[in-house]
Amino acid sequence: MLFTSYRFLAFILGLFLLYYVVPKKCQWPLLLVASYIFYAFAGWECLVFIGATTLTTYGAGLLIDQNHARQKNYLAEHKADLSKEEKKAYKEKQKNKRFALMVVCLVFNFGILAVLKYTNFVIANINGVLQMTGSENMLSFRNLLLPLGISFYTFQSMGYLIDIHRGKYSAQKNVFKFALFVSFFPQLIQGPISRYDDLEKGLFGQHAFDWQTVSFGLQRILWGFFKKLVIADRMLIGVNALIGDTDTYTGFYVFLGMLFYALQLYADFTGGIDITIGIAQVLGIPMQENFNRPYFSKGIKEYWRRWHISLGSWFTDYLFYPISVCKPMLKVSKFSRKVLGEKIGKRVPVYAASIAVWFVTGIWHGAAWNFVVWGLGNCFFIMLSQECEPLYEKFHARFAVKDKMWFKAFQIGRTFLLMCSLRMLDCYRDVPMTFRMFSSMFTDWNIGEAVTVGMWNLGLGVHDYVVLAAGTVILFTVSMVGRRGSVREMLAKKPAFVSIAVFGALFIATVLFGAYGMGYDASQFIYNQF
Amino acid sequence: MTEKKKGRGKRIVSVVIGLVVIVAVLALLQRLVMPKYMGDVKEGALIGEYYDEEKDFDVVFIGDCEVYENFVPATLWENYGINSYIRGSAQQLIWQSYYLMEETLQYEKPDVIVFNVLSLQYNEPQKEAYNRMTIDGMRWSTSKVGCIQASMLESESFIEYVFPLLRYHDRWSELEPEDFKYILGAEKVGHNGYYMQVGVVPVEYIPEGKILGDYSFGDNAWSYLDKMVALCEENDVELVLIKAPSLYPEWYEEWDVQVEEYAEAHNLKYINFLEHTEEIGLDFSTDTYDAGLHLNLYGAVKLTDYFGAWLVEECGLEDRRGEEELSNAWEVKLECFYNQKEELEALKEEEF
Repeated sequence: MLFTSYRFLAFILGLFLLYYVVPKKCQWPLLLVASYIFYAFAGWECLVFIGATTLTTYGAGLLIDQNHARQKNYLAEHKADLSKEEKKAYKEKQKNKRFALMVVCLVFNFGILAVLKYTNFVIANINGVLQMTGSENMLSFRNLLLPLGISFYTFQSMGYLIDIHRGKYSAQKNVFKFALFVSFFPQLIQGPISRYDDLEKGLFGQHAFDWQTVSFGLQRILWGFFKKLVIADRMLIGVNALIGDTDTYTGFYVFLGMLFYALQLYADFTGGIDITIGIAQVLGIPMQENFNRPYFSKGIKEYWRRWHISLGSWFTDYLFYPISVCKPMLKVSKFSRKVLGEKIGKRVPVYAASIAVWFVTGIWHGAAWNFVVWGLGNCFFIMLSQECEPLYEKFHARFAVKDKMWFKAFQIGRTFLLMCSLRMLDCYRDVPMTFRMFSSMFTDWNIGEAVTVGMWNLGLGVHDYVVLAAGTVILFTVSMVGRRGSVREMLAKKPAFVSIAVFGALFIATVLFGAYGMGYDASQFIYNQF
Repeated sequence: MTEKKKGRGKRIVSVVIGLVVIVAVLALLQRLVMPKYMGDVKEGALIGEYYDEEKDFDVVFIGDCEVYENFVPATLWENYGINSYIRGSAQQLIWQSYYLMEETLQYEKPDVIVFNVLSLQYNEPQKEAYNRMTIDGMRWSTSKVGCIQASMLESESFIEYVFPLLRYHDRWSELEPEDFKYILGAEKVGHNGYYMQVGVVPVEYIPEGKILGDYSFGDNAWSYLDKMVALCEENDVELVLIKAPSLYPEWYEEWDVQVEEYAEAHNLKYINFLEHTEEIGLDFSTDTYDAGLHLNLYGAVKLTDYFGAWLVEECGLEDRRGEEELSNAWEVKLECFYNQKEELEALKEEEF
């Protein structure tokens, strides 16, 4: 059930009405039922996978939690009987048990994800090697089901399990409540990847109808639809044309495609997240933000703190830190400091963890080498900028430009173009092709032809460009205004007719100028694919 | 009243006014972007014109272009005093004809309903554009709902029939002066559902029909013919099946036999005009405006005159030209009819 389908609109409208009509204690069970109905639309067989993740994570979480409690009780009971060493040994034994439980569950669930998502990638690589060795025996690809949102719900569930293992909070005792945490439908298909302690109160609390909250939620949903339908899906026509014909569209067209894709991806992904957070807000459930005006970032590190925030923080908390401080890495750190010196040696574990994180980030986005190169490319530029830090400092000590407006604009533009360039790997989905297209920007000088003829033959007419330009201006303006606080709250403080006029116009613009219905292919949200 | 209550009251009033304005703007935009069928393709405007009529017809024709291009209610009135109307639109499928019949019978009980059988060849929905030409013009009723459900292609949505703005929103970029001109209402296109054509394109070549694997009409199509028969029986209306004398698309012998057998089994009258072209006096070098696909006015008048005599004889329809009110209404209609005939003929002369 696509977010942009009439069926989905009817589904959430019905849910909203029911949600505030049923007794408050029935609200979360209603959400669970709705989430599973929503998920069943993706195919009944998908329920098996989400069910397996739910049950195994719930069980493992409960066992780990019970172990925590048992250890605490045992130590309290035997406080006087046990020596320090015995206590330590007991703790160690229990810790290993908990660790084993967690690892089994992690392996099982990441295993499902790996098998379903990466089997064909592995087969393709094996076939590549076989082909190089001249073998004629190729492995055949498997027709595997990829359940909707598997990357998102697996990461969310495993985050929960690791937190339980760390003793961050207690396990959820009610299996149905836990099932809702895993399957909560608005976030199921494109995130954000929520933390249990962030979501718990909102998800299982009792919510009375509050006009302000509900209207804010509806406004957010509308804003998401505007971004998705008016900007992203209209831009998609141009992006597909530019990417689809790599013989014709070289040189300036590649640059154009880069910009178009940047806008499309941003409007698509943030639009989807707006709809997700808006739906949750209508239901009275606060949800963490996933974007913070990323295209205003002045550096690549900052960009990744502001783009897909929940994924970045997941990798930081559950992959980067564990790798950085694990025992083998501490040994590597010690060794590298000894061999390479304090200054360089201390960076080795950080960089090793970074490479691992970015490799996984890349492969998480797609089972293909272009995503791996994209991830490692990001890693390379982050490291490079860190290594260049002393140079920047010297530059800024010599030239007082750091606070100048034009310099900030330069930094923003530079970061934007760098991220767009890296994202070309996502566009062309072929590493050599991407490099070829990238280099054509500097060798094929066809800007005149592109502007006067080519860009008008991409399936976008003058009216499309006008809508896209207006939509982008609105997007930019809202982003600028949003730096001072919530735009919706600002509007709510004005006389009622102002916000009615603004959101009325936004609704009419979305209905009239949206790229939906017959004649447009229903475009999935880009992040649905993960 | 406290300030707080006053503020809340003001807010509620603002919200209500705001919503009314938004709905009004959306309604206006919907009218603006919906096709008006006032340009080259006028057929989509025919269905909606029925509702403005005084519904007291003796004969109602139901079917596709083979009825609204080939039969002239004005001739039936002038020559036989038969008050008739055509409820037809382009490629009107049999289930659409059924629901139009059902809707018509909610308004009136004519003596005879004439159904053109060509659409029996279609067992499934065909093209959205044609669906729209039939359905958009219908007023909301259970018949319209049924018609939509029976006609929708997989790519269509019911909600887009309820709010056509959702279907036609993208026309904002291709609006023409006629969209603004006819935003509040279109001009009348038909003459009691007849769409006048005075051009002449003689038949020079008749494309041969493709050989079909199976000449049987589909179950779905038959089921709607069964429903039509039942509906007419329930309402004590005589159902007459016809096949208009269009030379193509091919009306296969195998198809004709099936209809004949069905008519016989259900005690229905069936007349295939393709077998009577000589008696009618049709001359396909002068009586068709598109080389045999449809008749022009001159051919349609001949066919209608022939059918009028048949209706009087076979169905016992009476001459109503003595009814003053009806005669007055027809006087106005005939004036309009002949004015348009003159205009079109003058235009044809000019073009020639």
